[in-house]
Amino acid sequence: MTDSILEVRDIHTFIGQFHILEGVSVSVPVGSITVLLGRNGAGKTTTLRSIMGLTPPARGQILFDGKNIAGKHPHAIAQLGIGYVPEHRAIFRELTVHENLRIAERKRGDLARKADFIFELFPDLKRLIDLPGGNLSGGQQQMLAVARALVPDNRLLLIDEPSEGLAPVIIEQLMAAISRLAESSSVLLVEQNFRVASRLAQQYVIIEEGQSPAAGKIDALVQDAALVQRYLGVA
Amino acid sequence: MARTNRSSLIAILVIIGGLIAVAFVNSNSLGNFGITLLSGLFQGMLLFLVASGLSIVFGLMDVLNFAQGAYFMVGAYVAYDAQHAGGLIDLTQAIPDPNLRFPVAVILAVIVGALLGVILERGLLRPLYARPVFQLVLTFGVALVMAEIIKFIWTTTPYSWTEVFGVRESFFELFGQRFSTYRLFVVGMGIVLIILIALLLRRSRIGIIIRAGVEDREMVQSLGINVQTVFTLVFTLGCAIAALGGAVAAPFLGASTTIGDIFLLQAIAVVVLGGMGSYEGTAIGSVMVGLAVAVAQDAAIGTSFAALPSITPMLLLILVLLLRPSGLFGNAR
Ligand SMILES: Nc1ncnc2c1ncn2[C@@H]1O[C@H](COP(=O)(O)OP(=O)(O)O)[C@@H](O)[C@H]1O
Ligand SMILES: [Mg+2]
Repeated sequence: MTDSILEVRDIHTFIGQFHILEGVSVSVPVGSITVLLGRNGAGKTTTLRSIMGLTPPARGQILFDGKNIAGKHPHAIAQLGIGYVPEHRAIFRELTVHENLRIAERKRGDLARKADFIFELFPDLKRLIDLPGGNLSGGQQQMLAVARALVPDNRLLLIDEPSEGLAPVIIEQLMAAISRLAESSSVLLVEQNFRVASRLAQQYVIIEEGQSPAAGKIDALVQDAALVQRYLGVA
Repeated sequence: MARTNRSSLIAILVIIGGLIAVAFVNSNSLGNFGITLLSGLFQGMLLFLVASGLSIVFGLMDVLNFAQGAYFMVGAYVAYDAQHAGGLIDLTQAIPDPNLRFPVAVILAVIVGALLGVILERGLLRPLYARPVFQLVLTFGVALVMAEIIKFIWTTTPYSWTEVFGVRESFFELFGQRFSTYRLFVVGMGIVLIILIALLLRRSRIGIIIRAGVEDREMVQSLGINVQTVFTLVFTLGCAIAALGGAVAAPFLGASTTIGDIFLLQAIAVVVLGGMGSYEGTAIGSVMVGLAVAVAQDAAIGTSFAALPSITPMLLLILVLLLRPSGLFGNAR
């Protein structure tokens, strides 16, 4: 428990009057990848958004580095060192690739320091640097969204369904990049593709109807076909 | 993307070309044509000073600030009062040279506008960000209250500018016509401001944040940026620029409690026809509406159709929306 960078404890989140999360707990150990698994509409995105403070939980605790961050403003949460890569490749379409990266600086010189690392992970971005984000292909936009979260020194990355709607080759490249960057920060990933997820992550948490009924080591889950079938509907 | 740009460019060229052609046909001399053009650009620049704040604030914060016209009015009163003897603010003793006093009066008006802007955003709007309709009603109410306070301080009698000073009086001759140097000066200042704001939006970090915030406010916050601070800054700047508009308009239009209303209405037309929240659209739309109004004013002289200039912005708005339903630079969203 002490070596968890993030500890979500029994959070309840409402959107309007809808009780979306009804007790979700997630633990992310330092320096590893934890994946949230579960069907569409289970509450995975809402869990990430609750951690970011975008849909603040009404109850429960979110401990980052042992300190409760539930109820803080999103910008204050981000400044603690949390990077967010939302679903549907939420890059700024009107901003150039360079501006998309520059806006993520938290200290002067962040981008200059990280540029080599970012372009090594995603060489395409270097070539596209002056194009508007909206002109990029889906895969390039997703790489930009991940790259943007790498500009400041983040200790935790929340990445929501990066592979959604992308070609297998692109998914390969993205996943390789994500496992590279997990060397320097912890990752909480949402990934629907179980095969991809099981290769990448060390821990899993199942999200089901706004709750987190099961969690553990990913190796154990891979062995347990019955559990996979029950929660994910894949064999 | 490219196709959108081309079709909006064509719409712009057709409309501005049409307006200039009408102005040319209507005037019987090059001199008169020049007068109409300068008057159109002058009105367009004043309009831009109201519309730019309206547009950027709307794009970023989803607030249509109906008080924008009231800030224009406050700017006109403060500049008038500072420039003339007597009244509440009287700089005639401190700065006897009227040519020197005027820029100080304008700066004072801008500062008052900015201060009132901070008060409105921090004090009244901030608690209501989750309730856009309330904000709309609120800014409308604030405009009414500001007009009442103005009446209390300066009475309801309109002031016409009497203080004579160099730039305001000077003329230059072209094609046998006398042109106001002051109008040219306001046009020049407007162009400089259009470019400065464009540079701010394109090049500076705060500009990048503003453009990003127009697209996706939540994502900007998730990057660790406090958008509330950005809101305050942008809103304040919008109010200050509107006050600047009133201050530089005052030597020509004087100060009255209704001076902001016409500009507010026209500015709303500009923001919609430019494409909600688009800076380029606002700048070009302002010039377009200004020109159209000047052409209409010219055409209405000696006819019984005196209302033409005041309905022209709406006619132009309808025309643009027929050509491009989301405005000149609007993306359907
Ligand atoms: N803005 C909203 N208003 C109402 N219900 C919402 C809203 N956003 C999400 N939900 C509901 O919350 C549940 C969880 O959604 P989400 O967290 O996006 O699921 P997942 O990411 O696991 O697919 C879904 O049933 C969804 O319909
Ligand atoms: Mg989701």
